[in-house]
Amino acid sequence: MTNSAEDPGRPKLELTDIRKNYGAVEAVRGVSLAVESGQVVAIIGPSGCGKSTLLRCINHLEEPTAGKVRLGDQEIDYSHKKGLPRGRALARFRGRFGMVFQQFDLFAHKTVLENVTIGQTVVQRKPRQEAEKVAREFLDRVGLAGMESRLPRELSGGQQQRVAMARALALSPEVLLFDEVTSALDPELVGEVLEVMQTLAREGSTMIVVTHEMAFARDVADKVIFMDQGQIEIEGSAQEVMVAPTNPRLKSFLARFHGNGGQGSP
Amino acid sequence: MYNWDFMTVVIGYEAWWLKGLLVTLAYASGTVLGGLIIGVICGMGLLANRWWLTGPIHLYVEIFRCTPVLVQIVWFFFALPIIIGIDLPAWLAAGIGLTLYMGCFATEIFRGGIISIDKGQWQASRAIGMTYLEMMRHIILPQAFRRMIPPFVNQSVIQFKNTALLYVVAVPDMMYTGYLVVADTYRPLEVYSGVAVAYFILLYPLTQWGKRLEARRDQ
Ligand SMILES: Nc1ncnc2c1ncn2[C@@H]1O[C@H](COP(=O)(O)OP(=O)(O)OP(=O)(O)O)[C@@H](O)[C@H]1O
Ligand SMILES: [Mg+2]
Repeated sequence: MTNSAEDPGRPKLELTDIRKNYGAVEAVRGVSLAVESGQVVAIIGPSGCGKSTLLRCINHLEEPTAGKVRLGDQEIDYSHKKGLPRGRALARFRGRFGMVFQQFDLFAHKTVLENVTIGQTVVQRKPRQEAEKVAREFLDRVGLAGMESRLPRELSGGQQQRVAMARALALSPEVLLFDEVTSALDPELVGEVLEVMQTLAREGSTMIVVTHEMAFARDVADKVIFMDQGQIEIEGSAQEVMVAPTNPRLKSFLARFHGNGGQGSP
Repeated sequence: MYNWDFMTVVIGYEAWWLKGLLVTLAYASGTVLGGLIIGVICGMGLLANRWWLTGPIHLYVEIFRCTPVLVQIVWFFFALPIIIGIDLPAWLAAGIGLTLYMGCFATEIFRGGIISIDKGQWQASRAIGMTYLEMMRHIILPQAFRRMIPPFVNQSVIQFKNTALLYVVAVPDMMYTGYLVVADTYRPLEVYSGVAVAYFILLYPLTQWGKRLEARRDQ
């Protein structure tokens, strides 16, 4: 797996005509998307429109039925099933992304510190000391210094989600994938998680964020995508997509969020 | 009032009883261990999701789950030698039967323990770039083993008691030794009471340990 200098003319991540079928269900129906380095892309859309599936296709948690995914100089072409990476090569490709889930999914039997070190020691083969140093830095960054020896179940949802972010960040991922990371949180804990994401965005992380936080999408995203029925319905700047929508489906979708989508930042 | 006389059934039979105890312990531990190995292998086979693996394993599990263990022991002793054309000694035939019986439950326990691990643990491991083996070793198995231990201890207790059935094919375990001593002394009351107490003394700590593990898991 090579990671040589990147072609400045090409976007960092490129999806070409991604499709994903579950039997007869077409969850994703031909999505193409380019994400520049340092760009924040927000994906919005009604429940069941394929947002999670698309995100999971990007890092091969689900194998796309067809299409291409290119990250940097590595491309996987799913129309040639024979040439797909497997085993370790696939796992390491996946490791170039960082993903954070709605339900946090921290390793339940490991402490906070171990959650953030295990990827470094097992996947990246870093010495433990070094991994722990990195882990402490990131835990500090998400505001959890001092919680190292706790177990996930001893933390609040917001804290768990921040650990999950530290776990992803500690592996220096090239692209971050967030799937409704605040949806399982009590309302008063949403802010602390969004704050971390905002900081990441400001510091130049490349992020794809599936979210129902319309204010976050509007204020932080460089590009907003409205998905409907497995396809990208509209793609544009936050201004274009969210402030002055013309598409009737998008309008009715946004109308449901009017309470928190109109004003105020997270 | 019955005149209890335990001395008669002990004095002079110490070597028999000791042997009976050792045979019982050997069968209990041997078949539990053998069953565990079968359980890990077949449990992994079921998880591999290949029909040519899961088909035969399911068949095996269901056959042993849906027939009485006494029938299995007798069948392995009388029928198996005829079918395979090799004369198996009683101790071996019965041992195979009991081991396979334990194995079928261990298979279910192993598989159940693994699939009980939340899907999120699997996807999170894969998302940080772990290979299948790394994920199994560091994330899934450590959590699954914890959940497997209580049911496995319970099944081991049952298995321990099942070894008493060995007496039908004349394997000299504690139960069969009791039968021999009764034939010698005509004191069934003392002998079978003593045998029952012996099983209880051996198993009670095991069940208590199982309970403790269960409680620890639930907290
Ligand atoms: N493993 C699966 N097997 C079968 N169908 C699936 C599977 N996963 C998703 N689907 C279907 O694919 C479609 C898209 O699902 P997906 O979870 O991607 O939607 P979503 O946009 O993330 O929705 P939500 O906002 O509710 O999270 C849905 O119709 C869903 O039922
Ligand atoms: Mg979803």
